[in-house]
Amino acid sequence: MSRSWGRQDAATIVAALVLIWLMPLLISTYTLTVLVIYGMLALSLGLIWGFGGILCFGQAAFFGLGAYTYAIAAINVGESTLPMILAVIVPALFAALLGAMMFCGRLTDVYLGVITLVVTLILFKFVNSSAGPQYVIGEARLGGFNGIPGFHTLNIPGQPDEYIWGDALYYVCAVALLAVYFLVTWLLRSSFGRIAIGIRENETRVSLMGYDVRARKTILFAIGAAIAGLAGALFANWGEIVTPGLFSLGQSAEIIIWCIVGGLGTRLGPIIGAAGLAYLKFLLGQQSLIDNTLIMGIILVLFVLFLPKGIVPAVASLWKASFGRRSGRKPAGRRHMRRVDSANG
Amino acid sequence: MAETVLETTGLTMRFGGVVATDNVNFSLKAGELRCLIGPNGAGKSTFFKCIIGLLTPSEGQVFMRNQETTGWHPHEVASLGVGIKTQVPNVMDGLTVVENIWMAARRFMPSKEASDKAQDVIERLALGSIAKAELGRLAHGERQRVELGLVVAADPWLVLLDEPAAGMTAGDVDRMSAIIDEMTRTAAVVIVEHDMQFIRSIATTVTVFHQGAILMEDHVDKVMADPIVRNVYLGKKA
Ligand SMILES: Nc1ncnc2c1ncn2[C@@H]1O[C@H](COP(=O)(O)OP(=O)(O)OP(=O)(O)O)[C@@H](O)[C@H]1O
Ligand SMILES: [Mg+2]
Repeated sequence: MSRSWGRQDAATIVAALVLIWLMPLLISTYTLTVLVIYGMLALSLGLIWGFGGILCFGQAAFFGLGAYTYAIAAINVGESTLPMILAVIVPALFAALLGAMMFCGRLTDVYLGVITLVVTLILFKFVNSSAGPQYVIGEARLGGFNGIPGFHTLNIPGQPDEYIWGDALYYVCAVALLAVYFLVTWLLRSSFGRIAIGIRENETRVSLMGYDVRARKTILFAIGAAIAGLAGALFANWGEIVTPGLFSLGQSAEIIIWCIVGGLGTRLGPIIGAAGLAYLKFLLGQQSLIDNTLIMGIILVLFVLFLPKGIVPAVASLWKASFGRRSGRKPAGRRHMRRVDSANG
Repeated sequence: MAETVLETTGLTMRFGGVVATDNVNFSLKAGELRCLIGPNGAGKSTFFKCIIGLLTPSEGQVFMRNQETTGWHPHEVASLGVGIKTQVPNVMDGLTVVENIWMAARRFMPSKEASDKAQDVIERLALGSIAKAELGRLAHGERQRVELGLVVAADPWLVLLDEPAAGMTAGDVDRMSAIIDEMTRTAAVVIVEHDMQFIRSIATTVTVFHQGAILMEDHVDKVMADPIVRNVYLGKKA
């Protein structure tokens, strides 16, 4: 039953690399970098929500935590490798603690949403009001609503003076996203991932099978936070400043919208949803006729009403409907394809 | 003398003012097959939930193979080797039959062996024709059978079945009896059932629940002949 790596995965890598190479011809690498980062952020929620059934209203908290951890550590260390690692670990630990508290308390989904939302709010309030000189970690001042500028940005590991920026940063981010994508793929094909999907489907049954659901949800939650933290650290490097806005509820809501529009329960959907909507927002930002938020809201409503499963599942079923029937003439080859298909989404 | 695999002492479960299970002293020996009967709301399902850990009893204790398990989490109880089919079907609707059964087996063995085990269970329970179907698309009887498959795949030594034959066709019921028959070779089994035909065909000892408490416990023929039991329960049903 366990699906090993196949031709389809190789094809995905090749297609992704070609895309990474070609996209700069259409869009500036500066814009692309942030689209890629948002894609990673969306994938982090897509993993825990779409496959683990954990609806987190505070994914931005881990994103912000990753960004701030990077900035603070980079100021203190003066290079980027250790800060990058910390930016993954700190949000993961924070999520593990939060998750252990939430999942062991047998909270229902609604309360889980409320708690993650409140935690985001608290973090935002705290960071936003940390302007005073007493808020210092090592040599880094938290800076309140002004955020933290002027930290050491990404460098080649071991060579603090060799900065990675501009086009190079884009390629690093894109490859990082590809790596995270395959990490998620591997996770979902493992026993752990398949049981996580079982938990999404029926938590009670999975615990009646003898699995510790609380521990598993906590671990998945922490993995999602680690990915969001990595995205946050890359974002810090892209923007070269971190501000409390990273923790905002608006940011959290946007991540949820990306996932819904792109398609929950798929790996590609959140990435496409995030990149697509963020790019749209970028284009809309260049005009001032219509309000940005309004358009985002309308798009969400339209999707919920007419394409509730999101773009990727819709395209996939369309593909199956037309391509699947045509290839009925070649049953043997097709059957193999479909089996591989089902491992992807 | 056979080992006692399950014992409850003074087991009581209250929901606010409702006493759903009232001071139940119950004991089951290895290899035994027991039927629980009783009118609607007698507390049979609540009794099961207290045993498996879905509910924490208000009072009393639960022992499994002489180990106290009162207040344990469901996954801890299940890990001992206790399986349950709940009254309301508890399956993973979005996953296929194989995936469902694989997951039950995977808890106790590596992934590869769990796949083999799943195939084996699918054959034994005659689920081959629907192995690749999603649970959500199956008929009620099939779903019940898959849920039994989830229980069987874990090789439990204690099995609790809450109305396994409810809403099934005659053919399904026959198949169900055969499966239960096979289960009793390796496990002690407790079954909640309303269908008296079905009970007669499988059980010897019957425990009658009434208003949360045990009213009577005896051989099936004696229970059915008892005037009090007939009055509270069979009067309407048999
Ligand atoms: N979660 C709950 N909260 C409040 N009351 C409950 C709860 N679960 C069960 N009860 C009550 O406890 C009593 C016993 O219910 P239970 O489901 O155990 O009966 P049962 O014997 O399984 O009945 P049936 O044959 O209809 O399945 C009923 O009065 C029921 O209303
Ligand atoms: Mg019941």
